[in-house]
Amino acid sequence: MSQMTMAGALNDGLRRSLARDDKVVLMGEDIGKLGGVFRITDKLQAEFGPRRVIDTPLAEAGIIGTAVGLAIRGYRPVCEIQFDGFIYPGFDQIVAQVAKLHYRTRGNVRMPITIRVPFGGGIGAVEHHSESPEAYFAHTAGLRVVSCSNPQDAHTMIQQAIASDDPVLFFEPKRRYWQKGDVDTELGAEAAPLGQARVVQPGTDVTVVAYGPLVRTALDVAAAAADDGVAVEVIDLRSLSPVDFATVEASVRKTGRLVITHEAAQSGGMGAEIAASITERCFDWLEAAPARVTGFDTPYPPASLEEAFLPDLDRILDAVDRVLGRRNSLTGWKATA
Amino acid sequence: MHKAHDEYGVHLGSLEDVVQLVRSDGTRVNNPGFDPWVDDVSTEQLIGLYEDMVVVRRIDTEATALQRQGEIGLWPPLLGQEAAQIGSARALRRDDFVFSSYRENGVAYCRGIDFTDLMRVWRGSAASGWNPYEVGMATPAVIIGAQTLHATGYALGCKHDGVDSATIAYFGDGATSQGDVNEALVFAASFSAPVVFFCQNNQWAISEPVGLQSQRHISDRAPGFGIPSMRIDGNDVLAVMAATRIALDRARSGGGPTFIEAVTYRMGPHTTSDDPTRYRPAGELDEWRAKDPIARIASLLDARGAFTEELRSRVDEKADAVASELRAACLSIPKPDPLTVFDHVFAEPHSGLERQKSQYAAYLASFGDNDADGTADSDADSDTDGSES
Repeated sequence: MSQMTMAGALNDGLRRSLARDDKVVLMGEDIGKLGGVFRITDKLQAEFGPRRVIDTPLAEAGIIGTAVGLAIRGYRPVCEIQFDGFIYPGFDQIVAQVAKLHYRTRGNVRMPITIRVPFGGGIGAVEHHSESPEAYFAHTAGLRVVSCSNPQDAHTMIQQAIASDDPVLFFEPKRRYWQKGDVDTELGAEAAPLGQARVVQPGTDVTVVAYGPLVRTALDVAAAAADDGVAVEVIDLRSLSPVDFATVEASVRKTGRLVITHEAAQSGGMGAEIAASITERCFDWLEAAPARVTGFDTPYPPASLEEAFLPDLDRILDAVDRVLGRRNSLTGWKATA
Repeated sequence: MHKAHDEYGVHLGSLEDVVQLVRSDGTRVNNPGFDPWVDDVSTEQLIGLYEDMVVVRRIDTEATALQRQGEIGLWPPLLGQEAAQIGSARALRRDDFVFSSYRENGVAYCRGIDFTDLMRVWRGSAASGWNPYEVGMATPAVIIGAQTLHATGYALGCKHDGVDSATIAYFGDGATSQGDVNEALVFAASFSAPVVFFCQNNQWAISEPVGLQSQRHISDRAPGFGIPSMRIDGNDVLAVMAATRIALDRARSGGGPTFIEAVTYRMGPHTTSDDPTRYRPAGELDEWRAKDPIARIASLLDARGAFTEELRSRVDEKADAVASELRAACLSIPKPDPLTVFDHVFAEPHSGLERQKSQYAAYLASFGDNDADGTADSDADSDTDGSES
């Protein structure tokens, strides 16, 4: 067990994957000598050479489309998209090629491609550098979509994603890159499977579902609510496709109340999917309508407005009050239980 | 220059400035740079190329008829492009890998693809027909130009594996406007990937003439990417074969990518869904009929005293036999079981999809006396097809 930042854990996970299988190749802009703009691939080119860690031209469709050809040839490419908002030029290759080639070829061609995307806000960046495009990909059949929230998961999940025979969109919460935590670098089969959610904070009154950057915030919510006598159960979704509904369902049958939070815009987002699916499965157990705390249906705003945009402790607590039937910003004092 | 489309200025599809080894009238033209690459092609092999071209034209006619009869949903004819496809595909080795669009049915024939597999997509029974690894040809890309990047990546893999296999990417003139094709040229040049970019400039991207896509010869673009290019007569099977062999040799010997613009003509519609009489200038088709790739090789063989009535009828008989095989194969394709819609979405189990599958299976099973495999369900569909009641 050692202390690592999430960035360090990802770097070590990538190193182990490169060392384990010589068909693993990393591809992306600036990932070689520079080590990536976030240094996630730091020193990997020096260690494995320019054929394993490939500095590519600046073209996202080129990166993904070339990875498709490499995958057909038997390679396991790991593509880095420099920032969330830059993924759109590669969107067609991801949703029309990467996602569908296994289906299109009736299982004859595999697409073991991992696409790493530093995502989300909170670092005061300029336009196109703080977005949360995960729902586009969770909506697309044939893609697995995951997001890590802590150094241990970052370490194990990146290796699992690379080892998977399916394509994986791997969303890394960039504002948590420098968060430290314990990492068991030898964790093997005992690590949680890639598609499994995890209860990170047990509780009995309200279930809060989060993933990526907001898991940390949800844990702060649980601590604050505990001071108020409310036991919040926090679930780190970890996987957005598939969603581990069994874990969420078990929690909601216990608490009867559900809050979902993410940074992405609300409409058509993961929160909508989870609220609908859990309502179908747990309608008789729900004491209140599920609540969503999300980014707004606006473009990601300029940095000085991002605090207003991003779900934070107080906005999530307000939703916890809502599902508990306590006074909250929408009902005011009249609804006091 | 030939001005067929005033609104776009110069029409770039003429056969000026092209490498030609056989003239439209079938006479052989000497070209010191290209001749050595086809010196080994004997009269016997020329007859083989003639036969291939007649057969794929017959396949094309039969498939078009199947579409008109409602047996397949769509067909993209290659009529007029036989030399471009046969000449290039017959230059390939078994261990080379083909990445194509949807029109390269002549190339698919050369790769030995089974007729049932060839027709599955058009019959609507599967997203693709064949196993790419068995025939060395990826499943056709429908999104224009996407396959050029796949070819580049696969070629890069060949290079890294230390083998001398090459890839060939087929695409049309319209595809050269796409970002993917331009990115493929950048990546291929940057990494010196052993890939041949084979552009069949058939003059039309559905209704848009090549002049709208390109203000210069398409082959002029490649040198700007650092990729050498050739502009050849795509209706001349020998010129196509020579150019492809040159490009493959460069790829195999570490020379990197090459771009070939094969100037040809799509004599039919883009697909069976469009009507070229709405967009094609009068007279253009007749002009290109005079450059027909099959007539040309027949004339060349005739000049060598090798084109006999016996040869013509033997090849026509073979083409007819292939056409009837194709028809039988097409009609034999069964309607798939409804539950197979869930197959092969993922390589590993996916809990969300498994739930949908089991719920749909339960739904199908709920039709009392019917089979759970849904065959009765599809019967019911066909019973009510077209009925308002």
